[in-house]
Amino acid sequence: MLQRPYASGPSLPDTSRLVRVLKLELKGITKRFGSLVANDHIDVVVEPGQIHCLLGENGAGKSTLMNVLYGLYEPTEGEILIDDKPVTFRGPGDAMAAGIGMVHQHFMLVPVFTVAENVALGAETTKTGGFLDLDDTRRKIREISDRYGFDVDPDALIEDLPVGVQQRVEIIKALVRDAKVLILDEPTAVLTPQDTDELLDIMRQLKSHGTSIVFISHKLREVKAVSDTITVIRRGKVVGSADPGASTTELASMMVGRAVSLTLDKAPANPQETTFEVKDLTVIAPNGQHVVDGISFGIARGEILAVAGVQGNGQTELTEAILGLHDRVHGSIALDGEELVGRSVKEVLNAGVGFVPEDRSLDGLIGTFSIAENLILDRYDQAPFAKGISMSPARVLENAKTRIAEFDVRTPSGSLAAGTLSGGNQQKVVMARELSRPLRLFIASQPTRGVDVGSIEFLHKRIVAERDHGTPVMIVSTELDEVIELADRIAVLYKGRLVGIVPAGTGRDVLGLMMAGVSPDEAQADAAGRHPARSLSENPAANAAEKPAANAAKNPAGTPATKPATNPAPAAPSVQEPGSGAVGDPHE
Amino acid sequence: MSTTATSPVEGKPQPEKNHKPAVSAKPVTWKLPVTLMVLATIAFIFFGLLGPQGTAKFGISSGGDFFQLPAIQVPAFLSGIVLSLILLVLAGYALVLKARANRRPPRWLPAVFTVVFVVAFLIWVVGGARTPSISLAGLIAGSVTLAVPIVFGSLSGVLCERAGVVNIAIEGQLLGGAFTAALVASVTHNPYLGLVAAAVAGALVSMVLALFAIKYVVNQIIVGVVLNVLVSGLTGFLFSTVMQSDPEKYNSPGELPIIDIPVLSSIPVIGPILFKQSVVGYLMYVAVIVIWVALFKTKWGLRVRAVGEHPQAADTLGIKVNATRFWNVTLGGAVAGIGGSFFTLVAIDSFTKEISGGRGFIALAAMILGRWNPIGAFFAALLFGFADNLQSIVTIIGTPVPSQFMAMLPYVVTVFAVAGLVGRSRPPAADGIPYIKG
Repeated sequence: MLQRPYASGPSLPDTSRLVRVLKLELKGITKRFGSLVANDHIDVVVEPGQIHCLLGENGAGKSTLMNVLYGLYEPTEGEILIDDKPVTFRGPGDAMAAGIGMVHQHFMLVPVFTVAENVALGAETTKTGGFLDLDDTRRKIREISDRYGFDVDPDALIEDLPVGVQQRVEIIKALVRDAKVLILDEPTAVLTPQDTDELLDIMRQLKSHGTSIVFISHKLREVKAVSDTITVIRRGKVVGSADPGASTTELASMMVGRAVSLTLDKAPANPQETTFEVKDLTVIAPNGQHVVDGISFGIARGEILAVAGVQGNGQTELTEAILGLHDRVHGSIALDGEELVGRSVKEVLNAGVGFVPEDRSLDGLIGTFSIAENLILDRYDQAPFAKGISMSPARVLENAKTRIAEFDVRTPSGSLAAGTLSGGNQQKVVMARELSRPLRLFIASQPTRGVDVGSIEFLHKRIVAERDHGTPVMIVSTELDEVIELADRIAVLYKGRLVGIVPAGTGRDVLGLMMAGVSPDEAQADAAGRHPARSLSENPAANAAEKPAANAAKNPAGTPATKPATNPAPAAPSVQEPGSGAVGDPHE
Repeated sequence: MSTTATSPVEGKPQPEKNHKPAVSAKPVTWKLPVTLMVLATIAFIFFGLLGPQGTAKFGISSGGDFFQLPAIQVPAFLSGIVLSLILLVLAGYALVLKARANRRPPRWLPAVFTVVFVVAFLIWVVGGARTPSISLAGLIAGSVTLAVPIVFGSLSGVLCERAGVVNIAIEGQLLGGAFTAALVASVTHNPYLGLVAAAVAGALVSMVLALFAIKYVVNQIIVGVVLNVLVSGLTGFLFSTVMQSDPEKYNSPGELPIIDIPVLSSIPVIGPILFKQSVVGYLMYVAVIVIWVALFKTKWGLRVRAVGEHPQAADTLGIKVNATRFWNVTLGGAVAGIGGSFFTLVAIDSFTKEISGGRGFIALAAMILGRWNPIGAFFAALLFGFADNLQSIVTIIGTPVPSQFMAMLPYVVTVFAVAGLVGRSRPPAADGIPYIKG
């Protein structure tokens, strides 16, 4: 354990706050929501000045546990001990007063407030008469900002700041409140790889100043890079603790509860003629913003084009525009020479486009309909399911039986409501429906978000199978690991524009820079010259655009990578909340 | 490999740090310049080319002023031409800016355009009237008078919606305030007690809204509409059964005196507006300023706004979201109740059915037009008061325009205002969304 309290950094006028460190213990915490047991007798001890990682799949109960610790939920059973004394939190205010700060997965910042207003909120300094004294807050922000090199302007509006900076504001918020234990809930889900590196640096700095950190994540690479202790949680229970030195495969199996293969066997692509072409595509949002801005690309039969980018950079609109869900679309989308812009969704689907939407519960399924019905949502009015105005329930059920078997959907019957399935099985139903027609283009948006590791393997295999079948495939994913694993070519979007298209072997750091808007050439030059120290995006020589094999050298876990085409990057099971998984993390 | 890429930061392959979105992120639309041009053309044809030949006379001073300013006499036709030409130039400038530089017009342009348009309109109306003369001072003072309940109503809306509760029940709060003020003042023979009672009545109406909207999470629009109907029915019933039985005893509240501040009230035009008002009128100015300061300069205001924008964030910082909302809605009701008392204690000295006459809804529009800001809402309410007053004055002096069209004026202004012509206004993000704790 590297505990160097306040060894580095300029000292503060008030050094006493750095001296007090705090030991945190969760004892037998149980949280039930009705019949659902989200946390089952969880014991965790966070030693002072440590980075303690809670590792677990989506829906394992990590966020629930932290919301209990932060006073947002009351535990059904169990107690919280601070410095061996039991405490009860009736609300976040109590937790803050006890020295616990939390950076939520979805930032708790008011977008139309300035940084200073957000930091002041709830702990305002006032002049006589209740008037705000924001100068005092500004001073505190600058102080912390200087100490950790945050570069945050106290008077900037939150909505104008990039997510990385917003996250720092969240950290400042906790530090201003004198947090001794900082909970970071899936902090890297919204960050580019570079921002992630910087965040991990910040975490190390905080630790060196004596702040303990509880780091919640399912991304093995980050966990290994920064943790002192790892506690693995599965289905609401602690299944054990692990050493950060453990291999990724070991950690993954602990997390999932069985041996998993983290690599995908994928034959090299065999691209044929380009049948899907997008030219100068622009999508204008209702507020007038160009959410997709002059994008051109093509996808050949038998190849997977993965669209990478931080969430909210136009990916959603791009796929929706192809499907015909947007009104204000300029440019051309051609499939086998047929123009798709201006067609109705139904016409686009009938043209042979398969589409897996990014949010299955919102756009992919009707939860109250049966699995069988959900499997024919696109063809309910066609033979053999319909004849004239009547439907044939027998055929619908029969179809469901075949699909359920084919896609390994774990359910006792096809007539159950789709909403009762786990996230992974729901996704299989969506995928089964979309792949059951003869396709000329397959689009999958966030194909494995919130899906358990076992299902991820299966879904990935099906996507590759569709490619090998000779269909042009487009994957949209905000998970770089997934992009790298599946892609034959990678397109990076930034602010609605196409930053560039690079070959599959391109280094993680190059992609990361591109995701921040840096052009591919500059990104490669920069990545080559970058000092590799402490960088997660290892391998400084990764101007690997032309050398897919160089990829193999980049395996931090040291697991052998035998096939050159196989991606050795470890942590495929990275997916995001919210938990539509079997044991969902209930959010407020 | 196609790279349609653009590097956002010149030469430096650095991810953007403190990125401020470029102003051009939202493209400039043709909407505003084209609308201005259409209006300017209409002005040119009607106020200019088809303008009346007479002379319009505008009185500025009223009898009591301590110095008299001469009335302004303007040749209607000539000034119609000149003013509409100015409008055309302004609209043309906006068009050129959009076409050449793709920029939106400067902020002052729509404001100046509106003022010039209104002046041209006034001259046109007065110049063409049977008696081409009006008192400008009277017009403005009357506008303020008519605006008082609207201002209070819109302040109530601001207080509620800034905390995240949609208040459609302003109409009911005004009406409840008006009725209670009349009843209590009549019974106690003290109009000031009536004023207090009005605030309490408004608060009670609001508490029903708060209870159902916050505690029982009923759709806020529906509760609001139901409350309006309920208060209207209740006051109507009590009016015909109680008040009508003995109007002397139950419906003769007596007026709140007009407090005339010596000297200051004699300043032409602004004197009567600012320094010759009833208690309710003075309270209006105080309320606008106090609520503005409280919302934007105090700890309380920061918390209220946080609750209306991002209740989860407020909750994670230990702020009690639903309690804040409840008390804000209640306070809003009290403010609207005071506004309601204006009807029965200042404007008319008795209660009649539906005395508020839909001003609660106009207040809602004023709140939106004023962008959920007390000062903005105040000026928006003045605009509605002006349209309302102009309509009645113009009918009196007799214009070629049918009075029904003039009567439509406040509502036409409302529709355009709410349609967002004046610029996109952004309500508090959590407005109307109940907060249910996980």
